[in-house]
This record gives sequence, C-alpha cells and structure tokens, in this order.
Amino acid sequence: MADLETFRAETRAWLEANCPPEMREPIRDDDDVCWGGRGVKFKSEAQRVWLERMGAKGWTVPEWPSAYGGGGLSREEAKVLSEEMRRIKARSPLSSFGIWMLGPALLKYGNEAQKLEHLPKIARGEIRWCQGYSEPGAGSDLASLRTSAEDKGDHYLVNGSKVWTSYADKADWIFCLVRTDPTAAKHLGISFLLFDMASTGVSTSPIKLISGSSPFCQTFFDNVQVPKENLMGVPGKGWDIAKYLLTHERDMIGGSDSTGGGQRDSVSNIAKRLIGLDAAILADTALRTDIARHEINALAFGLTMERVLAETKSGQGTGALSSMLKYYGTELNKERMELLMSIRGSDGLVWEGEEKGEGDLARSWLRSRANSIEGGTSEVQLNIIAKRVLDLPGA
Amino acid sequence: MPLILTDDQQMIRDSAEGFFKDEAPVSQHRDLRDSKNTDGFSRDVWTKMAEMGFAGVLVPEAHGGADMGHVAAGIILEAMGKNLSAAPMLSTAVLGATALKAGTAEQQAKYLPLIAQGAHLLALAADEAARHKPNHVATTATPSGNGFKLNGVKGFVLDGAAADTLIVAARTGGETDDKAGITLFLVNPKADGVTIDKRSMVDSRGAARVTLADVQVDGADVLGGVGEGFAILERMLDAGRACLAAEMLGVSGTSFAMTVDYLKQREQFGQKIGSFQALQHRAAHLFCEVELARSATLKALQALDEGSDRAAMYVSLAKAKAGEVAILASNEGVQMHGGIGMTDEYDIGFFMKRARAAQETFGDAAFHSDRIARQLGY
Repeated sequence: MADLETFRAETRAWLEANCPPEMREPIRDDDDVCWGGRGVKFKSEAQRVWLERMGAKGWTVPEWPSAYGGGGLSREEAKVLSEEMRRIKARSPLSSFGIWMLGPALLKYGNEAQKLEHLPKIARGEIRWCQGYSEPGAGSDLASLRTSAEDKGDHYLVNGSKVWTSYADKADWIFCLVRTDPTAAKHLGISFLLFDMASTGVSTSPIKLISGSSPFCQTFFDNVQVPKENLMGVPGKGWDIAKYLLTHERDMIGGSDSTGGGQRDSVSNIAKRLIGLDAAILADTALRTDIARHEINALAFGLTMERVLAETKSGQGTGALSSMLKYYGTELNKERMELLMSIRGSDGLVWEGEEKGEGDLARSWLRSRANSIEGGTSEVQLNIIAKRVLDLPGA
Repeated sequence: MPLILTDDQQMIRDSAEGFFKDEAPVSQHRDLRDSKNTDGFSRDVWTKMAEMGFAGVLVPEAHGGADMGHVAAGIILEAMGKNLSAAPMLSTAVLGATALKAGTAEQQAKYLPLIAQGAHLLALAADEAARHKPNHVATTATPSGNGFKLNGVKGFVLDGAAADTLIVAARTGGETDDKAGITLFLVNPKADGVTIDKRSMVDSRGAARVTLADVQVDGADVLGGVGEGFAILERMLDAGRACLAAEMLGVSGTSFAMTVDYLKQREQFGQKIGSFQALQHRAAHLFCEVELARSATLKALQALDEGSDRAAMYVSLAKAKAGEVAILASNEGVQMHGGIGMTDEYDIGFFMKRARAAQETFGDAAFHSDRIARQLGY
C-alpha cells in the first residue's frame, strides 16, 4: 500500500507539472475533444502538448503493457491515476475507437507483429481508427454481411460496402468484418481485417441524420488490395472477435447512458429549475409523477450497475449481463430525453435561434433515439437474454 | 459497503432458503387457507423460526436476540416470499422489535427476550384509512387517571387477531394529519373496550379491524415520548417496508422461475411456447426488472444497517420498485400460464394475491414515488 501512496504522490506531482491549465477546463465544444490521427487539427497548443506528454508516458492507455506503448500500470495504479486526473479535473487527452475497441481485441487476438505495429500508434494518438461492421443489408443480422475479401495469394481483394461507420471520413485505418469464405456457413466464413483507409479503392460518403449531424458514413470498397498479414486472428474465425467486441461495445453504450451515475444533472433538478416548486412540490404535478417513476428506475439501474460490478469483482458474477445493461440503460436514456423535452415544452422545439446552445436539446433528443438501435437493438438484446440467460427454446 | 452479500449473509440465505422450503412451502400456505386457520400462519413454524434465530434477527444479543441486522432480516423475508411462508415475522420480529428498541429499559427487558423466543406476538395498529397515510391519526388519547384513555378505529391491523400486544398510534396533540402529537401505546388486546374483528384477506393472511372504546392504558405503557411517536413509527414502517420489498422480491423470483419453466414445458402449435418471440421478450424484460428490484432492495437494507441519512429514500425506492415488479412478475406469470394460471389448483395465483397484498401494505408504489420525490426536493 505504501508503494501505491508513493505512486499517488508522484502522479499528482507529474500531473500538476504537465497538465496545462486549459486542459483542466470543462469540455464545451466538440473540438475540445481530441481524436488524434494523421490529419489531427489541434484546437490549441495546450491540447497538442497534453496528448504528447500523456502519450509518451503511455497514460492514454494506462493498463496496456509498456512494450506496446501503454503505461504498464496495475489495475490499482490505473485507478489512482484516474482519481488524480479527476481531482484536478483534467480532460481525457485522447478519445479513440482504437483505445476503446480495437486495442482490447488486438491484445486478445492479434499476433506480436500486429500488436507492435498498431498499439503504440493508438496509444500516442497517431492513427485514428474506425469500425466496419454493419452493411446496408446486414444490420441486426450482422453475420449475413457480404463484403468479400478474396484470397489473391499475397493479398486479399476487398469489395463491398459498410454503413454506420463512425467518422469514417476522418479515420486513417479501419478494422473490418469481411467474408473470406463464401462457401462456409454464415458465422464461419467471416474474418477480421485491418487496413489503411488511404488504400486505393476506399471511399466514404457521410450520412445526414435526423439530428442534423453526420457522424456516420457509408464506406465503399472497390477492389481494395489488403496485405495478407493484415488479417487478425484466424481466417474464418472473425465472428468470435466480433462478438467479443460487441459485448465490449454494449458495456460502453449501456454504461455511458446510465442515468444513475450521478455525473449528469438529474431530470428532477432540471425540472425544478425550469418549472419551479409550489408548496414544496413540483408545480406541474402530472409531470412530477412521470419524473418520479423515471428516477426510481434510473436509481435502481444505477444500483444494478454497482451491484454487477461488485459481484464481478468478488467472483459472485451472474454473467451475461451486458445485454441487460445495454437494453435497460439505453431505454432509460431515451426516456430521460423524452422527459427533458416535455419539461422544456415549446422551448425544447427550437432548432435554430439567436443564442448559442439553442437547438441542442432537440438534437440530443433525436440523437438518443439511436441508443437502442446501435450496438445491437433492444430487441436483439432481449433475444440474447432469452437465449443465454433464460435458456428458452429455439431462441 | 459493496452492494453484495457478505459471506455470513450468504450462509444465512442458504439456511433460510433450506428452512422455508422444508418447513413452510407453498403447500403449507394452501393447507392453512383450506383449514381456515384463525391465525393465518403456523405457530409450530414460528417456534422453529425462533429456534433458528429468525424471530430475534433484530433483537440485541443482550436481550437474547441474534442481532443480525436488516440485510439478514430481508434475506429471511425473501426466502419466505419465495415459498409464500406465512409467519408473524414482519409484525413481530421486524416492526415489534424495531418499536421496542425505542422503549424504556423496563419495556425492552420485558418484551425483547420474548420476541426472540417467539413467545410473544405484536401487531401495529396505525393505519386508519384504506390508503396508507401514517400521519393520518384520528384515534385520540386523552389523559385519564395515571395514563390515557384511547378512542378510535384502526382499519387494517396485520396479525391483529393473533397478537398478544398491540402497538397503537393515537393522538395526544395536534390536528388529525399532523406528524407531531402522535403517541405510541402498548395495549393488551384483551383489555376492556378493545374489539377485534378478524378479517381474512385475499392472500389468506390474518388482519383485523380494531375498535378502541374508552380503553384505559397506564402511563408506563407509553412507548417513547408523549407526542413523539411519529419518528418511531417511521422507523418501524421503514424497516417493515424494506423487508416487504425483500419478501416481494422473493415472490417475483418464484413467479418468474415458475413462468420460465412453464415456457419451456408447454407446447402449442407443435412447439414449446418459450420459442415464441412475443413471450421471450416479455420474459427477458421481466428478468431485467427483477434484477433492478434486487439491487434497490439490498441497498435499502444496507442503508438501514448503516443508519444512512438517505435510508428513507432508499427504502421508498425499494418498496416502490419491488412492489411494481412483484405485480408485474405475478401478473405476467398468470398471463403466460394461460388458462391453468387461473385455476385454484395451480400455485401461481397465490403469488399474485400475495404480491397485491404486500404492495398495498405500508404504502404502494404511488405512495413511495411521492415520498421519493419529496425526499429529493420536488
């Protein structure tokens, strides 16, 4: 424990000396978030320096091994680092699908050369990754994907199209599910391929959403040549990696949208500010009932996340609960956004106005509708619970 | 405190589950009902529960109790809910013990050992109106002799006909709905002026309407301070509500398990009905709801053991959520069983009846939603 306290003191001193004051301010705009990559445009020198310093220490990915550009920290040390960063309100130096998604899969399924090639660049924010999973004809039925990778001896020839590729127009590399064996059974002919988005034959087209923004693209592959060594894991076993990553993604989506975490202002606090109290209760009593019901579920959900974590830590885990958290967390977040729209009434309908921030609520509300679609729909999560947890027949 | 059971609590759970499965299964509940048992529970089982330490779960060791805390009490009630075991656990071991711990040294010494031994039953006579509203006390206590004279009607007294002592909430001051001015009294149900009208309920448990007409009580039978009974009443009710949440969690657990089992057995249209997605999704949703009720219930019980400032809020959260889920689980259970679920021969209907009765006891989900909103300042 003494070692941990020494580590805390050193970490605190280093952060104090190296985290620029601007990087301790709350995030206000999208471009306050740094995604790195070849084409990165830093908003400020402070943002650049912060990423460079954290990347050099491997603290963008504290628990990855140092041989792959990580911090090599233990779980306990990483927790100390995160606490110390929170203490000074330090921003995360880097947001990255490479860190959140590809990295864990590479560590588990990648070969040594792939780990050495890709992980350090992810850690330092030099390469920005995107994920090629869904296709126009393969949504909930992801395993029906048809993008093909034909074995041409020294390379694969990739043809097809991916959809809902987040920030594909800004990404440098893609990790992509492709069909390498068109004759094998649906789940068995799939492989996991990594390739450069600058390759000849790759093009992207942004998709405009109902919220007005375009974070997603459709991505097209027209005779893209990919070196054979870029296949991760075993040919035909890509579905295992896909399932591993989908579970990982579900945990992230379910977790980040929980309303029990306490980071976001509660619906009732917002209602109190905007509607006000009358004799100590919310002035709109009909809405109050709906809000209380929502907050009961939000609180109980937050406690469930806490319990599942505690069970996992103590080895009492019931397992296979990521679908429950994804399903319930995203449904709750949608309900929260509906309630916020109701609380704001006609003010919430504003799309564009004189003041900065007008229209934000309507856009967030519309964005939230995707929560229960992306990463596996609510209906797919219920199917998974029925099959894996309840063991119902034929599910 | 991590939101999981400790090793000791897991052992209590294992022994409680084994005990009620063997000693007080659903078939016993059916027998009690069919024999029109006047108590609504088996005195023999209650004696055994005392031997197991269950009756004294909240009684301090100095008074012969096991003093295992609220989480342990909840674990016992959950096991009872799973098996629909009827016993004066809630009225005596939870409400009674909580009340008496606020008593004088003499009162504690007199009652607490008897509670732990399973030798004395208590019942709370507080609610007057059909909808739970603990501050609504019209029953009066007027000074008389060296004590008080009680007058009023208590509409819903759980285990009221079986009790050896009633804990009566009466007004020594203030207006009908005031929290201040409520006083608790220990009343002998055999005293002059006490009338007990026994009512058997939909869940076959015993309750009574208690009429008090010029009932003379001694000053020594005041529990806590005169006019200061509401705080004790709230403590009793919160312990009872958290334990009812645990019992309803047990009710939900068995309803759900029976239903999933039935989905795997029953065939229609040439296949197991559990293969139909319409039913799979409802079962999967129910699974999530039961998990949420479990988290909320454990948190409430832990908060009571910790003496947390937020205990009242977490208790209402648990009672609201576990109540809503128990109703959903038992209603869905009957619906997914189809016609057989409506028959008396099949057990699932018992769970629906108990869920409804437990939901109405000490405040339903609407009552507790309102209470949570007030706790959170809206």
